[in-house]
Amino acid sequence: MTTVTLDKAGPSRKVRSMSRDRKWAMRWSYVFLTLFAIFFLFPPIYMFITSLKTSSEISAATNPWWVYNPTLSNYVELLTSNQFLTFFKNSALVSIFVVTLTMLISIPAAFALARMRFWGSTTLATGVFLTYLIPDTLLFIPLFKMFATFAQWTGIELINHWWVLIFVYPTLTVPFCTWIMIGYFASIPKELDEAAIVDGASWLQTLLRIFVPVALPGIIAATIFAFTVSWAQFLYPLAFTSSVDQQVLPTGIITTLIKGDVFNWGQIMTGALLGAAPPLIIYAFLMDYYISGLTAGATKG
Amino acid sequence: MVDAAQSMTQPIRARTTRSGLRKFFERKSTIAFFMALPLMLLITIMVIYPAFYSLHLATLNKSMQRFVGFGNFTFLFKRETFWMVVQQSCFFAITAVIFKALIGFVVAHLVHNLPDKGQRKWRGMLLVPWVIPPAMSTLAWLWLFDPSYSAFNWILAQVGIGPIPWTGDASWARFSVILVNIWAGAPFFLIMYLAALKSVPEQLYEAAAIDGANWWQRIWYVTLPMMRNIIAITTLFSLIVTFANFDIVRILTAGGPLDKTHLFATWAFRIGIEGNDIPLGASISLFMVPILAIAAIFILRDINKRGNEA
Repeated sequence: MTTVTLDKAGPSRKVRSMSRDRKWAMRWSYVFLTLFAIFFLFPPIYMFITSLKTSSEISAATNPWWVYNPTLSNYVELLTSNQFLTFFKNSALVSIFVVTLTMLISIPAAFALARMRFWGSTTLATGVFLTYLIPDTLLFIPLFKMFATFAQWTGIELINHWWVLIFVYPTLTVPFCTWIMIGYFASIPKELDEAAIVDGASWLQTLLRIFVPVALPGIIAATIFAFTVSWAQFLYPLAFTSSVDQQVLPTGIITTLIKGDVFNWGQIMTGALLGAAPPLIIYAFLMDYYISGLTAGATKG
Repeated sequence: MVDAAQSMTQPIRARTTRSGLRKFFERKSTIAFFMALPLMLLITIMVIYPAFYSLHLATLNKSMQRFVGFGNFTFLFKRETFWMVVQQSCFFAITAVIFKALIGFVVAHLVHNLPDKGQRKWRGMLLVPWVIPPAMSTLAWLWLFDPSYSAFNWILAQVGIGPIPWTGDASWARFSVILVNIWAGAPFFLIMYLAALKSVPEQLYEAAAIDGANWWQRIWYVTLPMMRNIIAITTLFSLIVTFANFDIVRILTAGGPLDKTHLFATWAFRIGIEGNDIPLGASISLFMVPILAIAAIFILRDINKRGNEA
């Protein structure tokens, strides 16, 4: 704004005032960014602060934002408790199986939909995208009833077993992963697979030897997405598992550490922080893949 | 399909039958079909079938033995709680999405203005809420909102403001669930808008600057039209996810106080799973479909439009 009033003063003044303007704009950017960063970061920081406190310090009404007697006892207690380790193990197993299953289903399907036309392939591609838009909150009740009916017919009890989640989570991961893999595969030049086919490679070889290596960044992004979703999923385990030894982390922390009205906040925060650690660690190392997967879902198509 | 191929080649000699079969299996479309088969099975069994099954469930009585037609729906229409849930779901979704979009837009601009080498660090920090599983971060908020040890109330007490019943009072509880949702969802908008900002050609801003446009005109006439697609699609995506939200409300208030913060998803869970009335729960969750369908139609139209341009 000031540049307009200073216009008459000649070009040299104007340039200087513009750079001064920019400097001020920059300072304000930093001020506001810091405020937003505080807003976005204080809950996890507060989790960490609380996780270092003893129960007595939490119930003594001192400054909640400061730790007077830091202790690691919450961490030690949780990491040596069989219960918590069971949750962790269940979560890890479910996530690993779901990621593997998702990749085995979505990579060949995305290849077929992106490169090999067949009857109804375009409809299927649209259908995959539509399935991604169907939320878990719409499906958990019919799925619950389906599993109960299945147990009546076959005698195989699906409800209240952690492994049933392995079959349920792919409904959340596969559509999105297929969708972004279609995008990545479609961006690979046609000449590449044509050359391979001319050289006598089969379709499977073309996929494994050419498409998978070339689209590896996309596959990593999809893998990270699938892992994050299956690690964070809360509704399905809450609806389908109830015994303590069958719980995964998110539901396990909430159902076992909150006992009636007694909230052991130090341990709850420690558990939540440990539960959030795997995605956070992956994010810290692979941020760019993480972001590319996030944006690819909506920008490619 | 195999049968069809066999019957077609039956009159010809056995050797050609085998090679015809082999040819069928070597055909590109056949291989492609089998590569996509697991995907189709998964979608059919685990998504499409349950979706229609819930339509069927919604027409049964509580013990699921008698067909009651629209009985569950007419029962819901007569309940006050139902209309409260409709109102709260819409209010929750619309308010949260608007604020998420606004915060995302502002912060994306702030980050975009920074010198390139500083951007990564800031972006990394601002995305953290999106990375933490919502169930875990909502626990932190639950603790921050604790009735007796709330860390917010401690700060407010330092400046002499009385304790706020963050999750105890209906209006404050509504505010709290929306706040947590904004906190968790704004980074998604931020990252989408930042990607969109990066794709706006610099020449457009130079041209606008030569024409004497001020910052407001630059945003209104250059940035917004260029970002329109991304803004639309991100908003619709987020509208679906927010409208169907479960984790945050379930952990923070579990629908309380007095069912004032229930969304369709949490109420359906309360009735369908906890209250053991599966048909009624299915009917409640089906009310999400119209809004989801409208958003999905717009997203699809947008994607097809862009597909044709390319």
